[in-house]
Amino acid sequence: MVESIALWVLALVSAPLFAGVILKVKAFFGGRKGSPVLIHYYTLQKLFRKGSVYSHSTTFMFRLGPVISLAVAATTLFFLPMAGHRPVISFNGDVIFVLYILGLSRFFTICAAMDTASPFEGMGAAREAYFPIICEASMFMILILFYRLTHLLSFDGYLSGENPLILWKTAGPILIFVVMSLFIILLTENSRVPVDDPATHLELTMIHEVMVLDHSGPDLGLIELGSVLKLFFYSAIIARLIFPFETGVLVLNLILFYTGILVVTTVIGVVESVMARYRMDRVPKFLLTAFSLAFFATIITLEFLR
Amino acid sequence: MAMELMPISNGVAVSRKKVPHLSFRDFADQTIQMVSDGGKVVQFFAYPDEGGKVRLMTVLRKSGDLFAAGCDAPDVYPALSAEATCFHLFEREIAEQYGIRPDGHPWLKMVRYHANYRGVTDVFGNDYAEDIPGRYPYYTVSGEGVHEVAVGPVHAGVIEPGHFRFNCIGERVLNLEIQLGYQHRGIEPLLTTVDPKRLSAITENIAGDTTIGHSLCHAQAMEALMGLVPDDGAQTLRTLSLELERLANHVGDLGAISGDVAFLPPANYCGRMRGDFLNMTLLICGNRFGKGLVRAGGVRFSLTEDLRHELAGRLGELKPQVRHVLSLLMNTPSVRARLEDCGRVSFEDADNLGLVGPAGRACGHPYDVRRVFPTAGYTRLDIPEYSESTGDVWARVSVRCQEVLQSIGIVESLLETAVDTTPVHTLPKIGIAADSLVVTLNEAWRGEASHCILTDSAGRLLRYKIKDPSFHNWHGLSMALRNTGISDFPLNNKSHNLSYCGFDV
Repeated sequence: MVESIALWVLALVSAPLFAGVILKVKAFFGGRKGSPVLIHYYTLQKLFRKGSVYSHSTTFMFRLGPVISLAVAATTLFFLPMAGHRPVISFNGDVIFVLYILGLSRFFTICAAMDTASPFEGMGAAREAYFPIICEASMFMILILFYRLTHLLSFDGYLSGENPLILWKTAGPILIFVVMSLFIILLTENSRVPVDDPATHLELTMIHEVMVLDHSGPDLGLIELGSVLKLFFYSAIIARLIFPFETGVLVLNLILFYTGILVVTTVIGVVESVMARYRMDRVPKFLLTAFSLAFFATIITLEFLR
Repeated sequence: MAMELMPISNGVAVSRKKVPHLSFRDFADQTIQMVSDGGKVVQFFAYPDEGGKVRLMTVLRKSGDLFAAGCDAPDVYPALSAEATCFHLFEREIAEQYGIRPDGHPWLKMVRYHANYRGVTDVFGNDYAEDIPGRYPYYTVSGEGVHEVAVGPVHAGVIEPGHFRFNCIGERVLNLEIQLGYQHRGIEPLLTTVDPKRLSAITENIAGDTTIGHSLCHAQAMEALMGLVPDDGAQTLRTLSLELERLANHVGDLGAISGDVAFLPPANYCGRMRGDFLNMTLLICGNRFGKGLVRAGGVRFSLTEDLRHELAGRLGELKPQVRHVLSLLMNTPSVRARLEDCGRVSFEDADNLGLVGPAGRACGHPYDVRRVFPTAGYTRLDIPEYSESTGDVWARVSVRCQEVLQSIGIVESLLETAVDTTPVHTLPKIGIAADSLVVTLNEAWRGEASHCILTDSAGRLLRYKIKDPSFHNWHGLSMALRNTGISDFPLNNKSHNLSYCGFDV
């Protein structure tokens, strides 16, 4: 248990690093030196030292948004098996619980955005409410598949210890579909290219960024921290699936786990560098790809797992 | 019809007495006739003639020829815009500047929000006590799912101020209304009052990114009025710097477009290469935007042999890089998917609005001042006829990519031979031709820039009219946004990249 909590703390502390890795990869492709890998630590430090500015027209809803989004992001990590180690909390059905508290966080972020009554933020909120619906469908498709494979509904059952390896053994190559599908979900949920562009300064094209335009200082810091944790959460799931090995030694497991996350974030950086963003009306098609992949994976298992 | 429009030449002064002075009826009939026969408006403005009478003057272009005519301005007249759309903004400008009401104008609203020069009753009924150009009842739409988004005039970035009002249904834009005027400085009336030696300094600051374009228009107009002929070297250097200006702006914008679609490598490289092109101008005249380079009578700097070789060397180094980066931009499928069919302006709309420059060429109108009314070194160059047909962001990007490569070729060829010119520092003390009209046109990087000067009987400037290409093209941006996703606005905006201060003068 102590180890689990220690790993959870380690995840919290190391999460901002990986967002920095993405920036570094993008800088490399752009022929620039780029900001230091630790940039997000500096940003967070800077933001928490600042004061906040609140519009007179906003209510407590606006202040609630950032707190809930960080709380939810930190909570989701409680359920995640770090480096294959047992998570801090686990129960059958926790996967669904986690998915819905992520939905709760989204709900409050949208409410905070709507609270400002800014047309920009309203537009962002509408997009934020629309795209994740399709993601949710894909996510549940993956859960159906995993449930069929393991008869369990918990992260512990999918990702702890030898479990990912068992997943590969029972499902075989179709798990590649799942990894691809999860990667698309990761890009969407974390507002990355080609769905959203975290680097843009153009409010009219933003999805997630535009919703937090009015937040400042520590509030913005909470949001930033929440989003790096969310990135860590999704990367960690994929990392466990692409490096499903269990060495038996915690340190080796940790190295493997963090290498996995490094691989995932590097791939995100590469994807962001080699392709342009989709036009807003083409995004749903891209998201449906994730759904179809998961769907086909499930259909295939229906046949040969019988 | 007793009198007709008179053919004139680009950059050649003519006596105002020779310019046909028609009755308003003939004037309206003939200009509308010419426009409906495929003519386009270059200039259309009002001016106070000696004796206090307000007159109208128009300069039209039609298949390689320029035509001019004038008439007395009535206080109220039937709007020409009712017949031909391309007069739309010009008539609003005349109404704003001289309080002349075009009756039946489809959308009579102010242009830059200032009181008229004559001090007569305001056509729009505005109170100019407070200078708020955006205070105006905008076009509205209503219904289920309809919403409005207001952007600007204060923007998050470093761009110029302008107000954009989007009427949307969901993500789709029904109408975009653009209100400018926040940078109105009153340059036109200023130019007729200042000491002539200050003219060049003021005109080159009409729009900072079109310094060469505007200072060239001004210098050529003054040369025509003063009988000055710049030497060959000066002509070459002017052409060279105009092309460098085009290169820097096109390359910079292509990079910005790439950044807007979140495709980073070209964005970064173009940003750097824009600086490299600006630095070439820096080598020529000591600043990156070409200020203080072009003067009436010639240019202020000569090009030494060392400098010429240095520039040629730098260009030789840049050329393959530009080619490579542009081909990366143009050949990446995701970029192409993003740009194609985005913000389409039809051939007919572009024709009616009279779009110029790359925005016009993207819609199938190959008009290019460098080819049709060549001045400076362009008389010796062969500018090919070129246009795209789709009118979308992709077409605008393609046109600009082509122009970048073409401009590199032009600069290369100009740098092949020695450039020898005697620098001109001050405006010579020669009188300005009295009672004259001169119109100059140049293909600035955004398209046709034009200056028009009228002088009075004592050889003083009576009216100085400036037209930036953006004056034609802002409505093109509005049209591009019709039925386009609101999230595509930045992309369309950048592919046009119009001037706010050039419009606001």
